[in-house]
Amino acid sequence: MSATLALVVVMAVLYAAGVFLMLERSLTRVLFGFLLVGNATNLLILIVAGVPGAAPIVDGETTPEQMTDPLPEALILTAIVITFGVSAFLLALIYRSWRLANRDDVQDDDADVAMRGGAAFSVADDADEAVDGDSSEFGDEAEARRAARADREESS
Amino acid sequence: MTVLVPLVVLIPLLAAALALVLGRSRAAQRIIALVALAAVVVIGAVLVVAADADPLVMEVGGWAAPFGIVLVVDRLSALMVAVSAIVLLAVLVFSVGQGFADGDEETPVSIFFPTYLILGAGVFTAFIAGDLFNLYVGFEILLVASYVLMTLGGTTERIRAGTTYIVVSLVSSVLFLASIAMIYGAVGTVNIAQISQRMAEIPIGVQVVLHVMLLVAFGIKAAVFPLAFWLPDSYPTAPAPVTAVFAGLLTKVGVYAIIRTETLIFPGPELNPLLMGIALATMVVGVLGAVAQADIKRMLSFTLVSHIGYMILGVALGSAIGTAATIYYIVHHIVVQATLFLAAGLIERRGGSTSITRLGGLLAAAPVVAVLFFIPALNLGGIPPFSGFLGKFALFQAAAIDGSPLASVLIGAGALVSLLTLYTLMRVWTLAFLRPAADVAGYESALIGRIAGSPGSEEVRDTRTVPRLMTAATGGLVVVGLALTVFAGPLFEYAGRAGEALETPAVYIDTVFPHGIPGLEAAPDGGGAP
Repeated sequence: MSATLALVVVMAVLYAAGVFLMLERSLTRVLFGFLLVGNATNLLILIVAGVPGAAPIVDGETTPEQMTDPLPEALILTAIVITFGVSAFLLALIYRSWRLANRDDVQDDDADVAMRGGAAFSVADDADEAVDGDSSEFGDEAEARRAARADREESS
Repeated sequence: MTVLVPLVVLIPLLAAALALVLGRSRAAQRIIALVALAAVVVIGAVLVVAADADPLVMEVGGWAAPFGIVLVVDRLSALMVAVSAIVLLAVLVFSVGQGFADGDEETPVSIFFPTYLILGAGVFTAFIAGDLFNLYVGFEILLVASYVLMTLGGTTERIRAGTTYIVVSLVSSVLFLASIAMIYGAVGTVNIAQISQRMAEIPIGVQVVLHVMLLVAFGIKAAVFPLAFWLPDSYPTAPAPVTAVFAGLLTKVGVYAIIRTETLIFPGPELNPLLMGIALATMVVGVLGAVAQADIKRMLSFTLVSHIGYMILGVALGSAIGTAATIYYIVHHIVVQATLFLAAGLIERRGGSTSITRLGGLLAAAPVVAVLFFIPALNLGGIPPFSGFLGKFALFQAAAIDGSPLASVLIGAGALVSLLTLYTLMRVWTLAFLRPAADVAGYESALIGRIAGSPGSEEVRDTRTVPRLMTAATGGLVVVGLALTVFAGPLFEYAGRAGEALETPAVYIDTVFPHGIPGLEAAPDGGGAP
């Protein structure tokens, strides 16, 4: 199996940048990181397909040795579609997180908060996370807060 | 008979589409979902019987393997499909009962039923995939459906927990896809039977790299230590029925994939000591986490992690009897863990909280719920004659036959973890059920002194009655759990035959390629045209 050096370098850069971004706390960067890592993986599949060749159509002239391996391309197409769907979901999730908590970052989980010291929630956290857990589907409080913010901006 | 194989995926998928179209009518959605899953339960039962005689292979699109995609149903796959279908159906009935009672408050959107069916389709796809890439697609189907169910309703708490869950799952999916790419580069195929045949020719160093990559990807999904950190935080925030399905099924899909990896793709013993170490750490760390929890759902999530360790232990032994014991244990654990989460859902309704620092007097207030919690609790804790005891006993026996020092350590750790599991569950029993409700305020005890400030122990919501349908669904699963004891003999024999077949990869390869591999003499260079 032989591989193109340029593709390998591009893949390595994409992986490195993607992993770097995914380690960030900002959800938007995590999304970008995921997109880069996903594309790096697609490139990896392309690389393992071996040297490029003719279209894999049995026309009596092209021999199988000259053809490109079509299977990895089918795999890449599937992977692209899956990445697309998941990115759309992630975008919706980020938007929702922003609407609810006015935050674009990964929040501490309950165990982290408890670990930090028995008294649990700090005042700052409480202010942000006051939206009640399970009852409303579209967070009335968040809407109200957004309206309040808009008002503030108008008055200033 | 092979015609039934794709139906286990097709029926839930088509039903999901139909339910989505009929989104305005909850009644129609309910009927469609119930009928679809009931049909899969029947098909699953037929497959269990059929696969015992002869494994079923379906060549999708009529293309012979390895050119087309194959769906393979051997004993393990059939058993997993049947048990998952039963649990999915019972939990569906539970959530329908909840919907009737609450006017669909907990599941406010019309996408619940379609998503739930798609989750089922993904789980079944993963179980019958005869092709590594198809397994990946199955994983993705169930994961995307689980993202939606996890963040259902889009409340702050669920979005927060869902974010961690989704990002971690994405990492594991990318790793899995990268491993598939590397394996394809190494052996030039994604057909599991063919990979199994060719992997032996690959240098051992490369094999270990590929092996570790697959194990990390599956380990995240199966929630083994140290890749389990995401689970106890994300599962408890989802609605009770969703948590029950996730806990029962999703991690087991990961364990199933690990079994396939260890028996078919990399049957060699190179990483078995590593897996034993992982099993040990998973068991111990998981149960210690459970001991420190005040919230029943969080505690159950930690015991879930802990008991994944038992399954990994059976796989790590690399013997037919170890694999057989694992298969029995998976079946037991799918049913019992789902039952316990449903029971926790009932406790939450009846007591208004899932924190053992707030609950009390439930034995007098809700004796039926008490029974429905007590039986699976003893079962999970491994009290004879329940299936938890039988499963653990079989695993310890397999480890004793193995006889290595590490295996002996694992037996000891397994017994200890079993006792600690029993301790956490009986603490719930003592505090939430036996303690009189009047004593809850100002109750002081060494049992809960240290965990009072744990997450989930603050709020008390309104208490509600428990509808009959929810009780019936939980009761049905308790009965299934008891049936695992009653029919332990035939089930163990079945698992034994499955284990034997799994430990001989040639059986699987012959099933997929009954006439040898057709027309593939020219491509051993790896990465060549198939």
